[in-house]
This record gives sequence, structure tokens and C-alpha cells, in this order.
Amino acid sequence: MARFIERHPAWALIVIIAVAVLLWLVFAIWPPGLEAAIGRKRVFLNAVLNGITLGGLYFLVASGFTLIFGLMRNVNLAHGSLYLFGGYIGYAVSTWTGSWILSFIVAFIAVALVGVILQLAVFRRMEGQDLRQTMVTIGLSIVFADLMLWVFGGDFYQVQTPAWLIGPVQLPLLTAIKSSGEPVYLQYPLVRLVIFLASVVIGIAMWLALNRTRIGMIVRAGVDDRDILAATGVRIQFVFVLVFALGAGLAGIAGVVGGTFQSLSPGEDTRFLLASLVVVIVGGMGSIPGAALGAVIIGLAEQLGSVYIPTYAIVVTFLIMVLVLAVRPQGLLARR
Amino acid sequence: MLKGSLGLIALSSLLLSGTAFAQEKIKVGVTATLEGTYTVLGEDGMRGHQTALNVLGKKIGDKELEFVVASTDATPDSAVRAVRKLIEQDKVQILLSPLSGDEGIAVKNFAKTHPELTFVNAASGAQETTYVDPAPNFFRYNMDGAQWQVGLGKYAYETKGYRKIATVGEDYSFIYTQVFGLVLEFCGAGGQVTNRQWVPLGTKDFASVIAALPDDVDAIYLGLGGADAVNFLNQYQQAGGKAHLMGGSIMIDQTILSSKGSAKNALVGTIAASGQADTWEDPGWQKFVKAYQDSFPESKRFPSPSLLATNYYGSTMALILALRQVNGDLSNNQAKLKDALAKIEIDAPNGKIKLDSNRQAIGTNFVTEVVDDGKGALFSKVVKVIPNVNQTLGYDPAVFAKIGLPSRTVPECKKY
Repeated sequence: MARFIERHPAWALIVIIAVAVLLWLVFAIWPPGLEAAIGRKRVFLNAVLNGITLGGLYFLVASGFTLIFGLMRNVNLAHGSLYLFGGYIGYAVSTWTGSWILSFIVAFIAVALVGVILQLAVFRRMEGQDLRQTMVTIGLSIVFADLMLWVFGGDFYQVQTPAWLIGPVQLPLLTAIKSSGEPVYLQYPLVRLVIFLASVVIGIAMWLALNRTRIGMIVRAGVDDRDILAATGVRIQFVFVLVFALGAGLAGIAGVVGGTFQSLSPGEDTRFLLASLVVVIVGGMGSIPGAALGAVIIGLAEQLGSVYIPTYAIVVTFLIMVLVLAVRPQGLLARR
Repeated sequence: MLKGSLGLIALSSLLLSGTAFAQEKIKVGVTATLEGTYTVLGEDGMRGHQTALNVLGKKIGDKELEFVVASTDATPDSAVRAVRKLIEQDKVQILLSPLSGDEGIAVKNFAKTHPELTFVNAASGAQETTYVDPAPNFFRYNMDGAQWQVGLGKYAYETKGYRKIATVGEDYSFIYTQVFGLVLEFCGAGGQVTNRQWVPLGTKDFASVIAALPDDVDAIYLGLGGADAVNFLNQYQQAGGKAHLMGGSIMIDQTILSSKGSAKNALVGTIAASGQADTWEDPGWQKFVKAYQDSFPESKRFPSPSLLATNYYGSTMALILALRQVNGDLSNNQAKLKDALAKIEIDAPNGKIKLDSNRQAIGTNFVTEVVDDGKGALFSKVVKVIPNVNQTLGYDPAVFAKIGLPSRTVPECKKY
């Protein structure tokens, strides 16, 4: 941090001012002039929170994607299918048992198993052949999409939100003061907050596992140099399977999350594949903090865009991607 | 050896298709949105099409109809690609296409490049398709989005007492047309439309859109369809939304009312207008519902046909009946068929339908209210039936032309 300020004083100043403005926008009561110019504070706050919570969902999908890529240099374009499959499993479990929590566990295990099978049956046979892997995973994603369409049809599925999560909560953020002097606080859907917290917890747990445990050390060593790691006697194929299972399982969990606050239907697989591609391109391929940063940036861009420039909202995310590719092609937080 | 046998297979399949041709088949290309946001709509449209074939049969005199289906995703380029493929590769002679608004405008324009073929609109409902520069070989047996909203504005203003409303709609031609019809009538009655929000087709996260909804309105009109509508309702429920709702024709429709999950319950009591009402007691409608239910096992269909099924049924029916009138004669650039299609009046399940000089349907419209049948299934209950709705919505054509074409901001909220 200190080094960054020393090396780029101008950038640091801009960042500090931007953060200060953002904090003021979030906590201050907006003067009437500002409300007239860019709309009510409630809308702005909601868009920011929605962006961050949507970022949480994107992070869940993209972190598995980036983990697999970081370790195995394997662009798994069937990742979106794993997401959708997890969502369907979660739906089936939650309607069958009525338990929302259980649906996460089952989805994680089931999709992780699919990941293990994919790694053992497909990727192990074509290690190091990028183009072949890419083509095969595209093919697999099409096959999976049709299989799921066959089984589940084109209907929209929603994972049932448990009753205690439905409805809004009051956040200690002022949106306005009524003429009577009574403060108005922000109402926000509880389920989104819970899901966001869960993704933060998962993110921190992953970071700890990667940086503080032995297996994490092995994975990081593998990211840096697979061959040397294998030469030291680590069973690298076993690590690969483990990481693939974890990445796939995370996509499965994300599917349940997505099915809870959005919906599941054919086509969601490619949408989330695209989203996670954009996220990891912005954040940096193979970096977990990069995936988190990229996810929040893309989530915020989508939500703020949909409120303030609805016509061009779709373009904004891709503009960000283009900008990052032009200025810092390796991604914002990737190591060189 | 392999090459040789492949060649043999190719040759024999050529011969087979040759014999098929000798049996005098009439090839019809059908498109439906079988992928993307509107997948469910496309699937049910095809069920309506199949129901029509079950009821009417495929025989045209001594010829037989053969259908080739192509999938689209509600974007205009996907529809043109599908239609082009059907014409150029599958050599279809007649098209039953497309399903969605923007697709309709694109296919109508494309139809002009093939004046020898016949295009029967399957379900699309943008006004521009038949109102602006219509193609002489493009026939539409369903009403457009504005016609499908007739009655709703007055009912909301007079019976429900709504004075100020806001709208949320998908950003494309069909929803523009729906909002056009609503605004014209609601503002004409004296109401105010304070805010019109447009979201891209395929939006998943509506949370910010929901937050931006105004509080000081009596009701919020939803012009959404397919996955978008379900996502909106789900997030609306999570955000604790309580406003009165009004719905467009594909919002209050079995595609949404029978979606899985509890989000749809927010719709009970919602008023809407459409080219059909699920609980209409007309015997023709009831017969159609029965035929639809009998054609598919219960898990593979909706409890009652959606608007798309009804439209596909109507357009398939018009085509088959017209073909029978001319005994399948497609000579002279299908002139006889086109003539018959332009003149035919069909007894569609949702009321009598005839075409105007632009080959656009004049039909019956329904104002509805969503009810729970007591077993958790939702249906649209008929409140009012309005016969003979034409494309200018009863306005003098000269006055109607001055309003302008449906868009994000047209029409203005005033009495025309």
C-alpha cells in the first residue's frame, strides 16, 4: 500500500478522492440539487448494494473457474454447464426435502463429482493441449445443455427461498429525512445480504486455505511450476482432481444461489460462462483476489448501468473488459 | 470402402427424397423461440401448433403437409437466419413464422425478398410489422400488442380507480406496442403515466430496477415475458414489494402463471388484457383447451394453453383451412393461396378473426384478472370481452397516424 502511494502518487490521490466521494454518497443526506441531478439516494444505494451482492454471485462462479485455470492452465468452457447443473440439483433437493441449506451441500457434492469425472475422463487425457481442451469443453457444454433441456425442459425453476429469508430488512443507512424530521432508512432484501455474506466467507476461507495450509501451499507451488512440484514427489494428478472438484463444486453452489435470487433456465449456462470469463479477464486469470475484484466491478457496472444508463447497460461490462485489456492485458490483480 | 458406402447412402437418401417429392408434400417451415429468454413461450407455441394438427389433420386433398421446425432466440437476426435456412436448405414453400415482436418486423422485411412464397405470422405482435409498409405476402392472424391492451386502461381508471401508474417493460418493439395501447387508453380516460422504465430483454437482476420504481403511484404496469418476468417477480417479492400490479399480455399468461416457485403469487388480483382469457366460457375456447390438454401428458404442458399456443393454433388453422379452400394449389407463385388467406375468416378459439387490408387481424380482446383456483394454480379470469378490435384501436386512421409509431416515449400521455 505504502509502496503503491510512493510509486504512483497521482493515482493514489485519485483513488483516495474517489473513495471519499463514494463514502460521502453512501452516508451523507443528499442535498436537493444532487437528487434533482441524478435521482433519489435510495435508488443509488440500492444499485450499489445490488452491484456488490451480484458481484458475490459472480465471484462464486468465477473463483472456481480461475482456480482451475490457474493450476491447470485449463480453460474449462463447460463451467457454465456446471453452474446450471448445480442449480437444477439444488432445486430438486430443496423441493424434495424442503431444506435450503441441504440443497447447497448436495449440489456441491454432486457437481464436484462431475468435476472429478471430467478431470479423470477428459482433461487428463489431453494435458497441455490448450486448443483441444477448449474445443472439447465447448462440445461438452453443448451436450450438457441439451441433456439438461431434455430432463428439465425449458421451464423456469426457482429454488424456494426459506420463509425466514423472504422480505426486506432495515439497514442503518439514511436515505432521506422526511419533512417531519423523521429519518428514513434503507430497506434491503435480506436474502441478498445473506448470500453476499456467504460468498465473502467462502472467499476468505479459500484465501486462508490457499495461503495458510499445506495443501494450499502445494496448489500455489503448482500454479508457479507444475513440473518442479511433480519432481518433488507430490502426487500432482491427485491435486489436480482435488482442485477441479473444488472449482466445480463452487460452480454448483453458485447455481443454487443463482436459482434462489434469479432463476434457472436453458441459456443461463452460457450467460454465467460469459460473466465468469469477463470477471477473470478483468481481475486477472488465475488470481482469487482478482476474481473478487473483477466480480465486484462487473456487478457494480451492471447494476449502476441498468439504473443510470439503461440503454447502454449491456455495453458497459464489455467496455470495462476492453479497457482492461488495452491498459493492463494480464488483468488488474494478476502477477506478471 | 467407407467412402463408397457413404456415397451409396447419400445416393439412396437422394432417391428417397425424390420419391417423397413424388407423393406431393407441401413443405411448411415453422420457427419458434426454442432458446434464450423466451424458450417456454416457444415450446408452448409449438404445442399449440401440434394441437391444431391433431384437430385438423395434415391432409390437404391428396397432398400432405410436412413441417420443418427451426429455432430462434427472439432476436431479429436469429429469425432471419432461421427463415433463410428453411427456404434455402429445406426448400419450404410456406412459412409459419415468427414468434416475437422484433423477429416479426425482420421477417416481414425479409418476406419482400421472396414475393413468390407465403408467410403466415405465427405469434409476433409488434405494430410496425403490418402497419408500416406491409409485405403483400405476409399475413397475421393474431392481433398486435396494442390491440391486446384494449380495455385495460379504462378498466384500471374507471373500475379500479388507478390515477397514476408507472410502467416497466422489456426494451423492444412488442412491449413498446403494448405500452402504446395502454398509455393511449389510460391517458385518454384521464390517467397519468409518470414513469416508463425499459430494461434489456434477458435482464436477470432486476433489484436496481425495482428500487427505482416510484412510490407515489397507484399501480405498476409490467410488460415483461418469459424468464424476465419470473426473475422480476422473484426479486420483487424478496424486496417486499406491495404495489398494485397490472400486466401485459405475455406477463399474465400461463407461461408465467404456471412457473415453478412462489414468486408468481404476487400476481393474484393483477389486472391485465390479452387476446385470450383462461376461464372464458365460450364453447369454442373450452373445446380448444380440452384438445390442448388431451394432446399432451399433464407434466409436458400448462394447465391451460398460453397466448402463444393459442396464436400458433390460430395461424396454423388459418393456413390449413386456406390451403384446403384452394385444394393445395401453389401454382402461379401461390396466388390462389394468398388470395384465400386474405379473405378467410376463421373461428379461432379466442373469437372470430378476419384480416384488414394490411392483412392484419381484427379480433376479440379480453380484460382479465388473475385468480387462484384454490389448489394453488393461477388463471386469468375474464372480466370483459371486447369484440372487433382493429389495428387503429377504433381511432380514425388519420388521427391514429398522427400519434406516431410505438417507441420508448411514444405515445405522449394525453388525449388524442
